[in-house]
Order: sequence, then C-alpha cells, then structure tokens
Amino acid sequence: MKKILEIIEKIEPDFLPGGKREKWFALYEATATFFFTPGYITKNKTHVRDNLDLKRMMIFVWAALMPAMFFGMYNIGAGANEAIAAGFAPLADWRVAIMGAIGVPMGAEAGWFASLLFGAFYFLPIYLVAFVVGGFWEVLFASVRNHEVNEGFFVTSILFALTLPATIPLWQVALGITFGVVIAKEVFGGTGKNFLNPALAGRAFLFFAYPSAISGDAVWTAVDGFSGATALSVAAAGGVEELAAQGITWAGAFFGSIQGSSGETSTFLLALGGLFLIYARIASWRIVAGVLIGMVATTLLLNVVGSDTNAMFAIPAYWHLVMGGFALGMFFMATDPVSAAFTNKSKWWYGALIGVMVILIRVVNPAFPEGMMLAILFANLFAPVFDFLVVQGNIKRRIARDGQ
Amino acid sequence: MEQYISLFVRSIFIENMALAFLLGMCTFLAVSKKVKTAFGLGVAVTVVLGISVPVNQIIYFNLLAPGALDWAGLPEADLSFLGFITFIGVIAALVQILEMVLDKFFPALYQALGIFLPLITVNCAIFGGVSFMVQREYNLAESFVYGIGSGVGWMLAIVALAGIREKMKYSDVPEGLRGLGITFITVGLMAMAFMSFSGVQL
Repeated sequence: MKKILEIIEKIEPDFLPGGKREKWFALYEATATFFFTPGYITKNKTHVRDNLDLKRMMIFVWAALMPAMFFGMYNIGAGANEAIAAGFAPLADWRVAIMGAIGVPMGAEAGWFASLLFGAFYFLPIYLVAFVVGGFWEVLFASVRNHEVNEGFFVTSILFALTLPATIPLWQVALGITFGVVIAKEVFGGTGKNFLNPALAGRAFLFFAYPSAISGDAVWTAVDGFSGATALSVAAAGGVEELAAQGITWAGAFFGSIQGSSGETSTFLLALGGLFLIYARIASWRIVAGVLIGMVATTLLLNVVGSDTNAMFAIPAYWHLVMGGFALGMFFMATDPVSAAFTNKSKWWYGALIGVMVILIRVVNPAFPEGMMLAILFANLFAPVFDFLVVQGNIKRRIARDGQ
Repeated sequence: MEQYISLFVRSIFIENMALAFLLGMCTFLAVSKKVKTAFGLGVAVTVVLGISVPVNQIIYFNLLAPGALDWAGLPEADLSFLGFITFIGVIAALVQILEMVLDKFFPALYQALGIFLPLITVNCAIFGGVSFMVQREYNLAESFVYGIGSGVGWMLAIVALAGIREKMKYSDVPEGLRGLGITFITVGLMAMAFMSFSGVQL
C-alpha cells in the first residue's frame, strides 16, 4: 500500500490544474480514491461525520448483488445444458466455439461448475460491454465537465446487466447503457442529479426499441430454437394451475431455478443481499415495506374482484413476490437513493405506488407481462411530488403549532 | 356506469393528453417551474376542458355535423367545415365568461388562477380534447367525463413535471441544454415511463 501511495503522490501534480495531464484529473481522482480515503475535508458549518461515503455505499450494493449474479450465471448454464441434454443444439456463436475449444462439457454430462462456466460465457460479455461502454461515457463526461467519476456507475452497469436476458446482442447492451448513462444521468449532471434510475431507463429504452430481443419466450435460454416461457408468462396464460402443470414450483421460483433475466430469478439470494443493504442502512426499509404493502394490497383487491378471462387476477401475492424482477427491483432499484423519494413519509408513498403499479401492469395490462421496470420508472416521476407534499404538510403543521 | 369509469381512467392514464399525445406542450413546458402554479394551471385546464368539450359536443352534433340540421328542415346541410373555427370561438368565449363569473363570485379562485385562464384559450390540449370528442362521436355524458378525465391527466403530468423541475434545481445541466432543452429531455423520459399504460384494454 505504501508503494501505491508514493506513486499516487508523485504523479498528483501532473493532474492538478496547470499540470500537463490536467484533462485526465477525473481518472486520476477515481483511481486515487479507490485506494485511499480522499484528502478533502468539509469546509462549511454543517457536515456529517460518517464512514459510509458514496464509494463504500456503492461497493456494498455491488457486493450485495454478487450472490444473485453468480447464481444467475449458473442458472443460465443449467437451463441451457438441460435443453441441450433434451436434444436442442447450442447457439452457433463465438462463445460456444470457445467453450468447445477449451472442452467445457455441455448437455447431460455438464456438472454445476460447467454450467456456471457456460453462464459466465454469456453473462460476463454483457457485463463487460455494459461496464466498458458505460465507463467510457462516465469518464468522458467527468473529464470534460470537471466532475468526479462516481462509483454509482459500478452499480448502474451491474444492475443493467442483471436485468438483461442472456441472449441479448452485445451492440444492444452498448446502446442501452449509453442511453441510460448519457440521457438519463449525465445530461442532468451525473450521479445524484438525475431523476430516473439510469439502469432501468436504459433497459426501458431497449425494451421499447428492440422488444423481440428482450421479451417473449425464446430469449431467456441460450440455446437454438428453445422456447421457454418465464413464470410470469406461464401465469398469464393459465394461472397457478398452469404453473403447476409446467412444473414450476413456488420453492423453485423462490430459489431461482426458473426462466428470466440474468440476475432476477433467485428471490432468496436477492433478499439476502437486500436485507444486508437494509441492515447496513443503505437501502431504505420504508421503501421496501411500502412496495410489499402496495403489492399485497393490490393483489388481494384483484383477487376479490376476479376475472373469468384473465388468469392473472387470481394469482396470490406470494407468487407475485417470486416471479419476474420483483425482488431485484424492490431491493435494489426502488431503493436507489437518488431517484427515490427523500423524506421518510414520502418513502412509504413512493414504495406503495411501485407496489400498486407493478401488480396493475402485470395483471391489467396484457401488453407487458412484467411490470417492475415500468412501475419503478413511473414512481420515479412522482417521487418529487410526494416530497413536495410532505414538506408542505410539515410547514403547515409547524405554522399551526408555533403560530406566526 | 362501468363504461364511464373506464373512459375516465383511460383518458387520465392511457391516453394522457400531455405524455401520450404530447398536447398542450407550450404551457406544459413554460408553466411547470413550480408545483403550486402547475397545480393551479392544471385545475384551470380541467375546468375548461370539462365545460368546453360537452358544450362543443352539443353545438357540433346539433348544428354542424352532416345531417344535423334535419330538425330545421335542412337534412342535406353539412356544416362540419365550420367545425374548427366554431370550436376556437366557443372555447375563447367560454374562457371569457368563466373568467368573469369567477371574478364576480369566486374571487379567491380567480386570484389563484390569475393569468392562466386567458392563456389556456389557445392551449392545444383543450382543442385536442374537443377534436377527439368529434372524431370518436362521444355523447353528452361521455364528453363531459372525457373532458374532466383528460384534464385531470394533464394536471397529473404537469404537477409531476413541476416536481421534477423543482428537484432539478440541484442538477448540473450542461450549459447548452439548460432551460427548455433539458425540459424536453425530461418530458421524453416521462413519456417513456408513462408507456407502462399503453396496451391496457378497458
């Protein structure tokens, strides 16, 4: 560590204003603060002393996603190997060529490690592209506009990669993360200044621009011609009975051995990471509780209303919890501190709005089987209004209490 | 009754005037800096839509539509080419009358709405609402529900935009985009989030 500090101190003058590499200060700053605590101190009267700075916070979120990410890779591989064992051919792309060349077993003889490797060959390129392309924009804006490279981007890129199906073309990944980082975040001034969750904005852009590569039945398993519906599409087709008929059990969906985007399948591991974030006070428990309450209340209401033609009306709340991106969205995206509501009271409302909206989109809107992404984006729009109302309420209450 | 509720919900969310049809943009972009004023304008638009759509419905389907003058002994007459100019005149007159009525009987509300009332005479959301009523041949009750609903939807959108713009005071937008530029981008992103309703069948 001492060596690194020496190097950093030695090269620092080059990057300060007037130095020969001042244009690259953002990159220098990002690297230096990656290794060491920044040397700046607060100069104004009010400040908070806390070990939890932005960098640590974002690294915690990133670490909390690791279990779900590794399981997601395994799940991609396991699903594909199962299909290959059943007689489907692997996709004819470069990943399979490399795997064949280094002798990764596929199909029936593949063990869990081979499945993990198979999944890694599909997930890691997506993550890498999201990371490199997104990082390029982040550094470019930071250098030109003289702000710091923020670690928020680590979280954005992994969340974005985890919400994508394994078979998505890599150029679409690059396009999506570009939209998310540039249009939804950097034009507003970077981390902390945007109003939409950048990862979800990028995914929504892909979802509306290239729906065939990101939704439907054929994109989730990386095998040629295999068509496997997600639990949500199965449920939309025939309710709980159809889920049972397709061999999807609640426990299976809870632990994650179902079809879906890379990182969204295992509710269990996502909850593990999410509870860690709540314990570390990074994620707001009020938002998570609000989402749950909104979801359960809306589901119960729709269960009572009922419908003869739409099987989704009868799906109970505990199934909604484990299907689709609900857990990933609830723990990791709804709780994004920038795009969520700020006051404690409005966090409840914001969470509840997400919970209500996700069920409404899933059940009432036949156009979209999954609603978590759009529900969170929708609630992002109204978070500032909730804050406004709560603040106005506080002002009124104080005037009434203290008089004028 | 069910049909009116579904029309109401549809006009607020699925066919949102501001974020699905992008109508009434001039006031939407210009008067959305503060939540309070945005709310006032939203109320004004709702009131004017709620009155002008049914009034124009009566006028159009009893005087202007092809064959509407049957009661006067002119079954061949088709005055629908006078539609647009009539609507504009009716809306302008309505806003004037409404302004005077409010000034006389509800001065507090008149003060709150202030300049917005005359402004929305030329708001395309109002005219859009009337044109949709003609195109879809709503009856009187439907056009009233549609007018109120699309007004509420527009209000919801402008209040949300104003909330976001108040929050954006702390943003650091590149110089060339400040003001209207970033507002256009914001509205585009909002419209993307509002697409969660597209496809709902009611």
